[in-house]
Amino acid sequence: MRPKELNLRVRIRPIAFIAILLVLWQIATVRSRTHLLPGPWETVGGVADLVREGVLLKYVTASLFRVTWGFVLAAVLAIPAGLTIGWYPRLEMALNPLIQILRPISPLAWIPIAILWFGVGDLAAIFLIFLSCFLPLLLTAINAVHRVPAMYVNAGRNFGLSPVNLVFRVLYPAVLPQLITGLRITLGVAWIVVVAAEMIAVNSGLGFLIVDARNAGNRYDLVVAGMVLIGVIGLLLDQTMRTLERAKSMRWGYSED
Amino acid sequence: MALAGSILPSVKPKLSAQHINMVYTRDGASVPVLSDVNLDVANGEFLCIVGPSGCGKSTLLSMIGGFLAPTGGEIRIDGQVVSGPDPRRIFVFQERGVFPWLTVEGNIEFGLFRLSREERRRRVAHYINMVGLIGFERAYPAELSGGMKQRLEVARALAVNPDMLLLDEPFGALDSITRLTMRSELLRIWEKERNTIIFVTHDIDEAVQMADRVAVMSGRPARIQETVVIDIPHPRDISSARYLELRNGILEQLGLAHQI
Repeated sequence: MRPKELNLRVRIRPIAFIAILLVLWQIATVRSRTHLLPGPWETVGGVADLVREGVLLKYVTASLFRVTWGFVLAAVLAIPAGLTIGWYPRLEMALNPLIQILRPISPLAWIPIAILWFGVGDLAAIFLIFLSCFLPLLLTAINAVHRVPAMYVNAGRNFGLSPVNLVFRVLYPAVLPQLITGLRITLGVAWIVVVAAEMIAVNSGLGFLIVDARNAGNRYDLVVAGMVLIGVIGLLLDQTMRTLERAKSMRWGYSED
Repeated sequence: MALAGSILPSVKPKLSAQHINMVYTRDGASVPVLSDVNLDVANGEFLCIVGPSGCGKSTLLSMIGGFLAPTGGEIRIDGQVVSGPDPRRIFVFQERGVFPWLTVEGNIEFGLFRLSREERRRRVAHYINMVGLIGFERAYPAELSGGMKQRLEVARALAVNPDMLLLDEPFGALDSITRLTMRSELLRIWEKERNTIIFVTHDIDEAVQMADRVAVMSGRPARIQETVVIDIPHPRDISSARYLELRNGILEQLGLAHQI
């Protein structure tokens, strides 16, 4: 078999598998005659309803807007802070207990405080996303610094780099592959947290859609439609981040050797 | 066998290490690693340091590179006390020291940031040619073999035109055939550039094949047991009587028998 044909078959396989599951799901809901779960056809109808009412784009944009702000703010603050903490062992010794105490607290535990500080609205949701991203990114950056071989730093110093250049020409490129992986995983977490935050702290977005559809008339077709949208958008976000990992100057960071 | 502290006593040495001591503190106990090491290296000399593994050869080389401060004594290069790393003396690690995020060109250009664009391009081309990496300018280290990576690291070091090259078991991770070619490559380059080379190895044959002088270190706490002048002109016949005599002399110094 030629590689191209093989490639096509490999690509078609997951799509075919999903198609089979959808057919089975449709058959099961039609035959059971219960309302435990709407079928795929009803779900498509739900998505169509959302488009017709003009809320689909609005809700997706609202959720993405909150995730983007929370995630970008966390990245901008956590990565430089993490690199600094990782670079200075004494700073890390001082801060580590605090980080370890804060780490096991679910970002959702902050919901009451987020609402108390920011009220019901975008700011509260963004704050929750920010919290869910900040510590994982901080720890990623700290660990990434630890894993930079001393040889690279010594070589940089040997060629007479100033401390600023050492950071930008050695430390930063050396940690970048791990940072990208950390960012990808954290973006996934942010996307999970935004749904939870929107169920409580705001009245728009995909999370709100799901609670609202249930509360305002048991529209389970809309609930499942919301779930499917969350899944598909989550997949697209992950794929986007993965393309960054494929850059040639970074591939070394993911190889086995 | 010739004994010599310095081969050119009348000329000021390039490097002079005086009464170097090094004591590590581990779990509250002090471990002496180097004890009263004295070493002079002449300008343009090729010096090999051999000794049992873990004796402190690499520690001594790190100190000469300025990455580590001795707990006693001082190292002077051109009369100045070594106080930190310096682009005039480049430390070459095993091939793992090349930057994996830069291409071959990018690696060689790494230390040239003070030069004009024109000069950078000229030097990159020159050293890519010298170490035989033409055609691989845009390749990343992951795409190169171990020997090529090692040549790349040597090229990156030579590109900044250092007075001294400090090589820490540079060919240790290479297969034996590549190692042999790398030795003659390095000699060829050294004959052209005439930098002072300090080369740490645990391979006695390697030392006798390449060096002007071999410093033999003792076990821990290490001192320099003897310095052997290798008075055979290059290219060296490694089956000549003199070669074997010098080699066996060093083996004896290290307390190793002639037969296995």
